[in-house]
Amino acid sequence: MFEFLVRLGDDRLVIGHRMAEWCGHGPILEEDIALANIALDYTGQASALLALAGDMEGKGRSDDALAYFRDETQFRNALITELPIGDFGFTIVRQFLFDCHSVLLWEALAACGHATLAGIAAKAIKEDTYHLRHSSEWMRKLGDGTAESHARVQASLDTLWRYTGELFEHDAVDDAVAALGIVVPHDTRAARWRSLVDGVLREATLVVPASPGPMVTGGRRGRHTEHLGHMLAEMQIVARSHPGASW
Amino acid sequence: MMPNPPELASGASAEAARDVAREAAFDARIAAGESIEPKDWMPERYRKQLIRMMSQHAHSEVVGMLPEGNWITRAPSLRRKMSLIAKVQDEGGHGLYIYCGTETLGVDRHDLVEQLLNGTAKYSSIFNYPTLSWADMGVIGWLVDGAAIVNQTILAKTSYGPYARAMIRICKEENFHKRQGYEIVATLAKGTPAQRAMVQDSVNRFWWPSLMMFGPSDTNSPNSGELRRWKVKRKTNDELRQRFVNLTIPQVQAVGLTVPDPDLAYNATTEDWEFGAIDWAEFNEVVRGNGPCNRERIAARRAAHDNGQWVRAAATAHAEKQAQNKTEAA
Repeated sequence: MFEFLVRLGDDRLVIGHRMAEWCGHGPILEEDIALANIALDYTGQASALLALAGDMEGKGRSDDALAYFRDETQFRNALITELPIGDFGFTIVRQFLFDCHSVLLWEALAACGHATLAGIAAKAIKEDTYHLRHSSEWMRKLGDGTAESHARVQASLDTLWRYTGELFEHDAVDDAVAALGIVVPHDTRAARWRSLVDGVLREATLVVPASPGPMVTGGRRGRHTEHLGHMLAEMQIVARSHPGASW
Repeated sequence: MMPNPPELASGASAEAARDVAREAAFDARIAAGESIEPKDWMPERYRKQLIRMMSQHAHSEVVGMLPEGNWITRAPSLRRKMSLIAKVQDEGGHGLYIYCGTETLGVDRHDLVEQLLNGTAKYSSIFNYPTLSWADMGVIGWLVDGAAIVNQTILAKTSYGPYARAMIRICKEENFHKRQGYEIVATLAKGTPAQRAMVQDSVNRFWWPSLMMFGPSDTNSPNSGELRRWKVKRKTNDELRQRFVNLTIPQVQAVGLTVPDPDLAYNATTEDWEFGAIDWAEFNEVVRGNGPCNRERIAARRAAHDNGQWVRAAATAHAEKQAQNKTEAA
């Protein structure tokens, strides 16, 4: 259960952090506000999930202890969340692919047998439905905008596609939580995700890359890209420079 | 020879006569404490002064996102990270809100942004100072938002209705930011020796720039007289500065910190905290564009604007396609 919650929490902690990097640097003021809002939601979800993970672990680790005092090999986020923000289009495509996944995941978890987790899911599904609306709208605008915007987001989609398989992997951790009444049907979810994604891509005049290459994976086992270490170095610097301090 | 009856006077002088009458009526409304609304007649100078003040205010909110945004990725706890993101998001919202308010005076937000990017518009000089430690996130909330509140509480009574209403709303959020900032400061002040040193250093760096936020001294404030007469500004820069110092010094003492001013002394007769001389040469340099971060701040805004060009172009193109599809479908 701890491992399962840390995966969920780390995904949102990391993608929320990436999103927050846009603050003050967005293409229009309205987007500065929207991206900050989304970053805030994901960070809030991460905090709730990591706090619950710490409780379940029973070793007295708080959400902050888990966020700030683990090394990169102990992080369990999917690789797609840790990639640098790229241009606005890259951020939107990543967000869109992740949001589709996240909404479907919360749908399953809102009905799960663990009351606290179901509560987190019920709140998060509202937030992520809004995030998905935001990222889908921008997919349409950028995909079916100018020739340049189309080329840019198609290139981002081509790059990011290889990182989507990891979001639907099933392993022993899923079997273990299934015994606790937490069932995430990865196979049917993957199919629903694909039809959600395809629908928006069609409207956005974008296509799934024909030969994206093999799916990239490893995050769930702590095998990350080179990017996560840099991100954590920045994120953890103040907390780690003052061990034991309160903020 | 008989003088021309009024209806035969030349168009220009008739217009001038009407302006004199309108201005007298306008002054009477100001004197009666009435609120001026967008569709009301107003002297051109009044309109210009308000556009200047409001757009500077909006720019300040937007540029102000940068020094605090600088610490979002390093915030030392998730709770602090979330409140900092929320604060910076609020500032963006304030910027947007005041830009919209400025548009009620017949200017276009894009032109105002252009003035910021090409360096002709001003914004609050405080944001040209760097944020060098986490403690700055507390001290900015406490001192900088605190100073802004002292200014804006008075601006909430300004004669231009849309600006006054914007200030009432914004002040509520700024009060929240200030409390949050002071709470960070208080936490650090009773923290480890390193945290204490960090927060004292931050106060040392931000104290004087915060006092400069109220603008030049009354003896040297070019716009003040006119703004006072029109009740755009209802207190002078020096009055507001003194009010801020009087409010803040007890807060400094309550958390056991000091301000970097050897001349600070309480005057029991006036009940004012008298402070030392402000380095106006430094203020003037920062206003002229030579502060520690002026160039970086504008460069960051310009980069955001330039990097977002293709995004804005796509949004426009998409909207045009949608409109065209609608027309064809109709």
